[in-house]
Amino acid sequence: MLKVTEIENIDFRVELLEEFSEIIKRYPEGKHKAALLPILHLVQAEYGWLSTESMERVANFLDLQPIEVFEVATFYTMFFLKPQGQFVLEVCRTGPCCLVGAEKIIKYIETKLGVKEGEVTSDGRFSWRGVECLAACGMAPVLQIGPDYTFYENLTEEKVDQLIQDLKQNNEAIKSDSQIV
Amino acid sequence: MARKLLLENVNVPGIQTFEVYRQKGGYRSVEKALSSMSPEDVVDEVKKSGLRGRGGAGFPTGMKWSFLAKPEGKPRYLICNADESEPGTFKDRYLMTHIPHLLIEGMIVSSFALGAKTSYIYVRGEMMPQIRILERAIAEAKNAGFLGKNILGSGYDLELYVQPGGGAYICGEETALIESLEGKRGNPRIKPPFPAISGVWGCPTVVNNVESIAAIVPIILDGGDEYAKIGIGRSTGTKLISASGNVNKPGIYEIELGLPVEEFIYSDEFCGGIANGKRLKAVVAGGSSVPILPANLILKTVEGNARLMSYESLAEGGFQTGSMMGSGGFIAFDEDQCIVRNTWNFSRFYHHESCGQCSPCREGTGWMEKVLHRLEYGHGKMSDMDLLIDVAKKIEGNTICPLGDAAAWPVASAIRHFRDEFEWHVNHPKDAVERNFGLGNYADSLDKLVEAEN
Ligand SMILES: Cc1cc2nc3c(=O)[nH]c(=O)nc-3n(C[C@H](O)[C@H](O)[C@H](O)COP(=O)(O)O)c2cc1C
Ligand code: SF4
Repeated sequence: MLKVTEIENIDFRVELLEEFSEIIKRYPEGKHKAALLPILHLVQAEYGWLSTESMERVANFLDLQPIEVFEVATFYTMFFLKPQGQFVLEVCRTGPCCLVGAEKIIKYIETKLGVKEGEVTSDGRFSWRGVECLAACGMAPVLQIGPDYTFYENLTEEKVDQLIQDLKQNNEAIKSDSQIV
Repeated sequence: MARKLLLENVNVPGIQTFEVYRQKGGYRSVEKALSSMSPEDVVDEVKKSGLRGRGGAGFPTGMKWSFLAKPEGKPRYLICNADESEPGTFKDRYLMTHIPHLLIEGMIVSSFALGAKTSYIYVRGEMMPQIRILERAIAEAKNAGFLGKNILGSGYDLELYVQPGGGAYICGEETALIESLEGKRGNPRIKPPFPAISGVWGCPTVVNNVESIAAIVPIILDGGDEYAKIGIGRSTGTKLISASGNVNKPGIYEIELGLPVEEFIYSDEFCGGIANGKRLKAVVAGGSSVPILPANLILKTVEGNARLMSYESLAEGGFQTGSMMGSGGFIAFDEDQCIVRNTWNFSRFYHHESCGQCSPCREGTGWMEKVLHRLEYGHGKMSDMDLLIDVAKKIEGNTICPLGDAAAWPVASAIRHFRDEFEWHVNHPKDAVERNFGLGNYADSLDKLVEAEN
């Protein structure tokens, strides 16, 4: 079994390391590789993206080859391999959402933020991207914002304006405004 | 009003909490199973119920459970599939959000039946709020003695954990899900061996959908025979339908299987008709992977029978004139929707989500996306439709997992039923960019169409 003491030289926060160790307990002895996805989510929530360095640290912690972490991080769409805006608006672009206006909303967000998909606004606050079906087709169009993946539904241009204004004014607004659907 | 087995208490204030859920009779199925039934008894009740997997394939759950290998000295695992990523499907999200303890209760009884001492709920990573809800519910249940060591003094131990995915549709496929749970890329495994023999960490494993697991609760409480009385024929029980697209009241509806499709679409108890006073053009009845049907064929079979929301009726006519129940993702298209554009959109989805292991799927989905894109944007050729069907045929049945089929079917069925709309795109490229083809004769009664043909 891995022990936290073995990886003391890694400079993740101690609390974060403790969370990693808790996660490892969910799996049978020797199967700690299973902790990789949950741990990568925590690392991304901490830093906003996954740098090569942070992935190497995770590899070290889990006693994996770095490539085992890289190949996973590149396979799954939720992991960012380069820095993003503080808020990443992830808008659903799949069929059911498009039946009720998602394409218009996506164009609107692009124009409003003034950056292309994947780019960051000059103030570093926002980026956006189209994502595939978020399993919320009855509340379409929808978008989500990590790292908590708060969810915004039945989007209209007005709601997008309001959301972006709230995010600019008060980072906490996302918490109070959010709905769990 | 339709009978509800899963969502009966969903609107009770506080039902998300253990306390209220328990007051409403929650966790009685655990008490019943652990105090008066053997694991085999539970499996027998599930067999009697006729429950079919709600994840999409519709495989009988009791039979699947009875295939689970029980070698000495190896642990067995139950994994709940909460990856819910099939476009048009959002019922598992709803269930986990609003009545999470129903899933936990079902997991305990099901794990007991299978002899699993550790079970996992694999939730798609984007559903972080639902992951938190489930973790809270698990902690509450454990606190009350329904999880952990020696549950209710029965001697049965169970630990239940939530595992997040990372954003990949393919991880809904059960062997990809197992790979992903092991901390790897979600590449589906070649079967056999089936998970029932060699699943997670090489141990016997059952993977079941959220809704299947939740249905175990009423089955154990009321008995499998009672459950089987609901529904029609081999489609027993109730089913959660996710209604989306151009209906007046999109949302989650628990229906008794056998409900006429027409009633589901037009009755105020369900979808309440097509939005904005428009007319229905087409329906994808079971999630994006199943064949699309024009309005006339979704409402009636070629034989002129009313089509029902059941596994058999939705499939009546095979792929020529029928479709599938799938995951119950019911997507309605109104008269202003473009079938070519939607087919292109779905193709892009499958291309994006292909894991890339098999060349027919990896390359074929890309080809279909490209050809559909040029059709939609006015650069298509008349030969493109046959080309698409040819590519779809070459993918179908030639891949490791069914994602290939799932990518091929929507394209093949769209061309089969809406060929004149595709041809219109080729013949009127300018119009195709500016406006839509419209309703065509897709809503006309079948008799009229047959008459016109003769
Ligand atoms: C590409 C693909 C995606 C799938 N996605 C899901 C899913 O999101 N949820 C699910 O329960 N089953 C999904 N399935 C079906 C699973 O492989 C499996 O059959 C199911 O989880 C079994 O549970 P059930 O018998 O309770 O339906 C998918 C299958 C394929 C081929
Ligand atoms: S069919 Fe597609 S998704 Fe399935 S294993 Fe092959 S390449 Fe991967």
